[in-house]
Amino acid sequence: MMSGDSIYQPQSAFMKWMERRLPIASLVYSSFIAYPTPRNLNYWWTFGGILTFMLGVQMITGIVLAMHYTPHVDFAFNSVEGLMRDVNYGWLLRYIHASGASFFFVAVYMHIARGMYYGSYKEPREVLWILGVILFLLMIITGFVGYVLPWGQMSFWAATVITNLFSAIPGIGSSIVTWLWGGFAVGNPTLNRFYSLHYLLPFVIAGVVVLHIWALHMVGQNNPTGVEPKSDKDVVAFTPYATVKDAFFIGVFCIVYAWFIFYIPNYLLAPDNFIPANPEQTPTHIVPEWYYLPFYAILRGIPNKLLGVTALAASIIVLAFMPWLDTSRVRSASYRPLYRQFLFFFFAAVIGLGYLGSQEPTGGYVIAARILTLYYFAFFFVILPLLGLFEKTKPLPNSISESVLRHGIPAGASAPPPGARAKEPLA
Amino acid sequence: MKRHHRLAFALALAGVLCGAGAAIAQEADAPPRERWSFSGPFGLYDTAQLQRGFKIYQEVCANCHSLKLLSFRNLAEPGGPDFTEAQAASIAAAFQVRDGPNDAGKMFKRPGKISDLFPPPFANEQAARAALGGKLPPDMSTLAKARSFEAGFPWFILDAFTMYQENGPDYIHAIVTGYTDAPAGFVLPPGGQYNKYFPGHAIGMPKPLSDGQVEYTDGTPTTVDQYGRDVAAFLMWAAEPTLDARKRLGFQVMVFLIVFSALLYFTKKRVWQAVLHDPELEKPRAPTEYKV
Repeated sequence: MMSGDSIYQPQSAFMKWMERRLPIASLVYSSFIAYPTPRNLNYWWTFGGILTFMLGVQMITGIVLAMHYTPHVDFAFNSVEGLMRDVNYGWLLRYIHASGASFFFVAVYMHIARGMYYGSYKEPREVLWILGVILFLLMIITGFVGYVLPWGQMSFWAATVITNLFSAIPGIGSSIVTWLWGGFAVGNPTLNRFYSLHYLLPFVIAGVVVLHIWALHMVGQNNPTGVEPKSDKDVVAFTPYATVKDAFFIGVFCIVYAWFIFYIPNYLLAPDNFIPANPEQTPTHIVPEWYYLPFYAILRGIPNKLLGVTALAASIIVLAFMPWLDTSRVRSASYRPLYRQFLFFFFAAVIGLGYLGSQEPTGGYVIAARILTLYYFAFFFVILPLLGLFEKTKPLPNSISESVLRHGIPAGASAPPPGARAKEPLA
Repeated sequence: MKRHHRLAFALALAGVLCGAGAAIAQEADAPPRERWSFSGPFGLYDTAQLQRGFKIYQEVCANCHSLKLLSFRNLAEPGGPDFTEAQAASIAAAFQVRDGPNDAGKMFKRPGKISDLFPPPFANEQAARAALGGKLPPDMSTLAKARSFEAGFPWFILDAFTMYQENGPDYIHAIVTGYTDAPAGFVLPPGGQYNKYFPGHAIGMPKPLSDGQVEYTDGTPTTVDQYGRDVAAFLMWAAEPTLDARKRLGFQVMVFLIVFSALLYFTKKRVWQAVLHDPELEKPRAPTEYKV
């Protein structure tokens, strides 16, 4: 965004005048038009654009929804129902926003999975990756406080259960919970502050997104080979190449998104949340939204509350340490056969934990959740550090353009396998 | 080939771990899945069915259940039971609505107007409990979306593809038709009724409908099964009154998105053609020094 030489040449007298005062045109030109992007990016790289699009969708629909919403325990539920029934296209706005939360998380999980597969967290992209983890954390908090706003049964009890997690902190835990609630139970002050935060945090997210993109434009995009671009042949201009590709895939993403909005808008909503919040009646089964289920399963699998909460926090924060936990010098899983398998097991474990998080925590479910939790952490703390030392990686292509045109390479022309190099002491 | 096997194995392992738990938690009968006019991408409400369902609500359910979020005007809005405004007004006029205070500072009762909300059968929760032996009938405005049942794996995934959204109406129909004698050995709590589809089986509501109880003028069979279907459809409309508008707009949006994405795809293909077939790049080149 702020790196690289701009080759923007102002044409008109006005743009020349402007360029000497505020070079915004050349900033846009160098960031979104001339910006070099690896030519071999696949569709997994479009989720960054999709996430930006989703943030915009959520902010626009959210601002309009806020105009019709009443953040008060006595009126919140009915104001949401009123919006659905009596506001012109209110149902459309609400379903775009409610399904939008889910699709925002679909996109962020795809984006994270892509980063893990192709080693996008590795040097020199550590800060870019950490900013991404911060964005993910902010999304989790924003999604959670947003879920409380309709003030149905699940809103209320989710707020109660999640805020109560802080009571596990020894000594000051219960004081923190009282402070979070603004009272001695989840009530009107809680709803008010959650509403305020739900309006604030998306703008914080937008700010961190700017840093995330800035860092991205500093170090450049990773690509499926994990080999840095070496010449102009390895890159194409952001516009039109990346722009048109992103636009096409945003279209495809929107088809699936629209399927949920228009045909199954209640599929991802908990039926209990259509019952107004009632502090005197606990739902038989308190379940968070699907995108929190893996973490919820980790929390419930551990019998000690403090340990459970610590594991929950650790399961997200550990992502930020991936650049240093992974000792391999090869980025892309395409050239790391063992890492690739362990990573697919990891993805399967996360999906399995998600399913277990949606079920009653009894018998076999708890045992399965514990096994998968163990694998979750072993992946980061055992497999990642050790694999880099022992894994025999496949030969890397010399350059991106070579990998794109494999048929053009003479037999045996590849560089020596980097497995031997990985065993050298790390600089 | 090999890599696909590994992926399949990983997923299968996760599936087995999950399935091991799933086998444990089986309980009450799952409600049968009925056919609804409003299911699927083009399914809309059946006006005549909603009118019959409203008749059941009015004559039977409304004695105990409120419909707090609906107004009489909703009955005459498009995509609903489609009563005329005059019909909705005369339905409203049959209700006595509390209003006021008047110029003398007194609250008073007057016949309902089309803009009024449906008045609840009981003044408050305590009054309902006092009249019904401690039980509180739930409000019916969102009932069809507030009730569901677990179908388990793989149904919950298939349902997203088949657009199954009728858990609520299926459940309501099942409850209305699910009253049977308690099996031997089942101890009903005092005031409870046995219902094979109710979680825990002991339901507080006495059997609400029996054959021939509500008169139909259009020749529709007056059976409990039909009543259950009609009242469930009405309650689905009450909970989701914009369904018709949603599906009509949805079709237009889908057509647009598919055409637009197809155009973008061909644009993309055209734009990238030059890059993918660059003769300069296709020349074999000597290997260069390896660097990570």
